[in-house]
Amino acid sequence: MADPGFDDLYREVILDHYKNPHNYGLLEPSDAHAEGQNPLCGDEVSVSIRFAEDGETIEEIGFEGRGCAISQAATSMLTDLVKGKRAAEVASLPKEEILDEVGIPLTPVRMKCAILGLGVVKVALNRAKGTPLPEEWQGLEIE
Amino acid sequence: MAVEVQPVLDAARLRADFPIFEQTFHGKPLAYLNSAATSQKPRQVLEAMTEFYETSYSNVHRGVYTLGERATAGLEGAREKVRAFVNAPTEREIIFVRNATEGLNLVAYAYGLARLKPGDVVLATQLEHHSNFVPWQYVAGRTGATFRIIPIDDNGDLRLEAVADAENVKVVAANIVSNSLGTIGDTRRLADWAHERGAILTCDAAQAAPHVRLDVQALGADFVAVSGHKMLGPSGIGFLWGRTEILLEMEPFLLGGHMIRNVGDERTTWGELPAKFEAGTSPVAEAVGLGAAIDYLEAVGLEAVEAHEHRLAAYALDLLAEIPGITLYGPPPERRAGIVMFNVEGVHPHDMAQILDLDGIAIRAGHHCCQPLMRKLGVPATNRASFYLYTIEDEIDRLAAGIRRAQELMS
Repeated sequence: MADPGFDDLYREVILDHYKNPHNYGLLEPSDAHAEGQNPLCGDEVSVSIRFAEDGETIEEIGFEGRGCAISQAATSMLTDLVKGKRAAEVASLPKEEILDEVGIPLTPVRMKCAILGLGVVKVALNRAKGTPLPEEWQGLEIE
Repeated sequence: MAVEVQPVLDAARLRADFPIFEQTFHGKPLAYLNSAATSQKPRQVLEAMTEFYETSYSNVHRGVYTLGERATAGLEGAREKVRAFVNAPTEREIIFVRNATEGLNLVAYAYGLARLKPGDVVLATQLEHHSNFVPWQYVAGRTGATFRIIPIDDNGDLRLEAVADAENVKVVAANIVSNSLGTIGDTRRLADWAHERGAILTCDAAQAAPHVRLDVQALGADFVAVSGHKMLGPSGIGFLWGRTEILLEMEPFLLGGHMIRNVGDERTTWGELPAKFEAGTSPVAEAVGLGAAIDYLEAVGLEAVEAHEHRLAAYALDLLAEIPGITLYGPPPERRAGIVMFNVEGVHPHDMAQILDLDGIAIRAGHHCCQPLMRKLGVPATNRASFYLYTIEDEIDRLAAGIRRAQELMS
């Protein structure tokens, strides 16, 4: 594979989400909430979720964060992706789904940026609904 | 009349000793601006290790055979080089460890855990690398001692007046050169301050040893920990210097082979210094590599390295200051090692590092294992470009151009 250039690494859609994130801002009140950091770089993401009347379907989701274009754009894309889905469905959402959305070649370090938001959403669901945590979040002290 | 000669090194010539620069990244020559994280290795170090493995390798200290003696001579010869390098009074005070982190943990566990008690105070600076911060925070928590932070000003200088009220200070933990702001601390003054209060001073010198002349007797500190990999040596070896009288009174840290005098069924007695703190098979070839690195540094001259880095820091600060939207952190160039930390409006450090990589430029982006400092600065992350004896101005020119390009691309 040829070396990726800037346009391959920062597709227009990523820069769009980074500059104009979707579902930005935390919900008040909310049914589920979590925040998490990427220990490698200190980037932060907080999410809050409101469920529909069935108590299972994600009706509204909001996030706030500080971080690189990849982490913030991926979280923005994720909020679009999970809206309308059931908690159990999102808890088992493979990371590949969000990586496909991001759609750029990622080194292992940057991959952690891309899946930070997904991890935090799963932590929030774990707290509210007892759904399983992803492996990398198990046994951690999380605020 | 004595003539003051400004020591000069020829970085472009030294660079030829480092095989890493013979390759390209993304079609560009490597601009390696991350020596504060780890340094590249000259051929002389790599060859010394290979030769040692090919001709002299064995386990040390116990082999009666000639090869074993040769290996022991390699290890102990390296220890003598380290002793001379930091001007320690005796090689008994030089303990080989995996890296500065292990050396600092040794002090925290074998000194701190055994001696601290409720009411005692441990002070660590706001500018510490996590390696000299977290062990003390943890050991204070385990012993019931109080852990406090010595705040810093914008130059990275300690605001000792802010902790003047602290009583029962038993340990002060500080770096000699900061890995983030690059600040060269006034260690002698801090040692006196600590000793006036009856405390020991334990120093992280991982960032100092590669870049400034260290003289442990002049510094006045009680412990000094160094990583080999940041000073042209291999990974997996570093050393801790400590005062004989303190080391003799301390508990051991790691237990096992070599560190004993006699192992009874009920009780074991400890070996002499430095064996007491060197359980298990030593990193012998790594020590030989570290010795070769010291030879290399001494041939160039630490004074020349330091002067070179002050020049590069001044050059970089001038050049980068012209970039709109840039924030530069840290002290003036004459007071810092070759480290420049910065942020650029609108470009997160990760994105900056990624975009610079496309130009073959390697910098560090993140919190630099200094989250307390990041909180003081009010940022989650920064960029850091750091220099060494092989760094040339052209690399800094490329950095400045790369930063401008990143700004355009992300705007």
